[in-house]
Amino acid sequence: MNPDSRTRLLLSALLALILTVLPLPWWLDVARPAFLVLTVLYWSVNAPRAGGLAIGFFAGLMLDVFQGPVLGEHALALSLITYIAVREHQRIRSKPAIQQALIVFPALMLYEVLLFMIDGWTGHPVTSPLRWVHTVSGALIWPPAAAILSYGAGHRA
Amino acid sequence: MAAFGTAAGRPLSGRGGSPGFRFTLYALLSVIVMYLDQRAHYLEQVHYALQAAAYPLQLAVNSPSAAWRWLQESVQTREALRAENARLRAGARDLELRAMRYEALAQENGELRGLREALPPVADRWLPAEIVNIQLSSLRQRLLLNRGAANGVFKGQAVLDDKGLIGQTTHVGPWSAEVILITDPEHAVPVRVERTGLRTIAVGAGDTTSLALPYLPGNADIRSGDLLVTSGLGGVFPEGYPVARVTEVHRDAVQPLAQVRAAPLAHVDSDSEVMLVWFRADHPAAPAPPASAGGELKSGNPAMQPQPAAPKSHAAPQAAPHEPAAPPSRSAPAPLPPQETAAAQAPEAPKSVQAVEAVPAAAAVPGQGQP
Repeated sequence: MNPDSRTRLLLSALLALILTVLPLPWWLDVARPAFLVLTVLYWSVNAPRAGGLAIGFFAGLMLDVFQGPVLGEHALALSLITYIAVREHQRIRSKPAIQQALIVFPALMLYEVLLFMIDGWTGHPVTSPLRWVHTVSGALIWPPAAAILSYGAGHRA
Repeated sequence: MAAFGTAAGRPLSGRGGSPGFRFTLYALLSVIVMYLDQRAHYLEQVHYALQAAAYPLQLAVNSPSAAWRWLQESVQTREALRAENARLRAGARDLELRAMRYEALAQENGELRGLREALPPVADRWLPAEIVNIQLSSLRQRLLLNRGAANGVFKGQAVLDDKGLIGQTTHVGPWSAEVILITDPEHAVPVRVERTGLRTIAVGAGDTTSLALPYLPGNADIRSGDLLVTSGLGGVFPEGYPVARVTEVHRDAVQPLAQVRAAPLAHVDSDSEVMLVWFRADHPAAPAPPASAGGELKSGNPAMQPQPAAPKSHAAPQAAPHEPAAPPSRSAPAPLPPQETAAAQAPEAPKSVQAVEAVPAAAAVPGQGQP
């Protein structure tokens, strides 16, 4: 079953990456959740062995190529929250989706704070408050996103 | 969870140690990569390869909108095409009429400058590039073009549209190039007010419609409607290309600096095709010689451009009221002493912006500028 869940993981990560770079009107774009981050979080919690830290790191590296000012920035931030998710996966997995969303929100905040700090240290600051919007929209979209991602696995649960 | 039930017995540390250990490893790797990318610039090749790897996905994301554009073009009616044809023909005729006297004027200009023959245009050749319709980063002003190193595109190349300056390339992949727009907060263009010759720096304000001119003293001769053209300093853009038009000048008696806003002339947000331009290196209006420009551009920090302009802008605010006829000096980049340019390239971007900021402030205080 492991290879199967790995395939689904990679496919969903690819889809999430596409959703991340899809051109959208500006107001929608600002509120766009970090789909790839959510997907990586989902898999770290629900299948920590299938992807885990490696997926977190490489997904972060992809984000760096697409939108990061410095290589390694998203990789570090995503590795950190992936690590936390993998460590606490049993505690998070046992909770209903709404409560999971309440855990996802601070995780996304942590991710964004880290990006914010690295942006500043490396001399590419983005001080607009709009950069924090996606943490809220990400937490809001977590329950439906998790339901969609678990669709194929539903009969096994 | 039967799938994971079999594995639930053994600890989470699979291959490669415990999660904590592996996290430390990845975090260390990230930090090293960041350091190399930021400080040492060893990762140009890696960037190039990653850009190449990302390009198919970017094209795939772009394909629906490209297909839609193609479909729209291919189902245009005969009437629409004929109307467009007539419009283009009229436009071409206008341009021909305007260009008719160009040769004579160029010759005359050369004679006035004491040259034996007219100068060739500074733009040597250009390449149209399409904008790949993907979202790079919502809060930074970036674009992706469908031309790259395979087409001869290089880092720090000027990008124009038919109305004015758009930006410059920051990362170049084999088939794609990332462009930082002049409206990005990290980007600064050395500009000259066309009416007075006053030189300053236009910094992106972070949205597609405005630039800020933060380094002008309160008594600077600038007003709404002034045209800003590139000043030729800074080593990327040649002299004399239109950049923006001043929209708003706010002078506050308390503040030493005027608050000036300008709107870019290029249609930064609605273009679908732009021009990558190569300039003649030996032309007087050309940006700084490639040797020094190369050193600067390797660092990949577009915000460094204000740096070479700093000494100039120091002199400009003082000189402006007395000699409004300051000649639009064609030979602008040439007189920069080499050590000045070299010193300008050394510091990091944020520091450089601060350094530039300090200069006009000092110039605005009477008696502190030149004894």
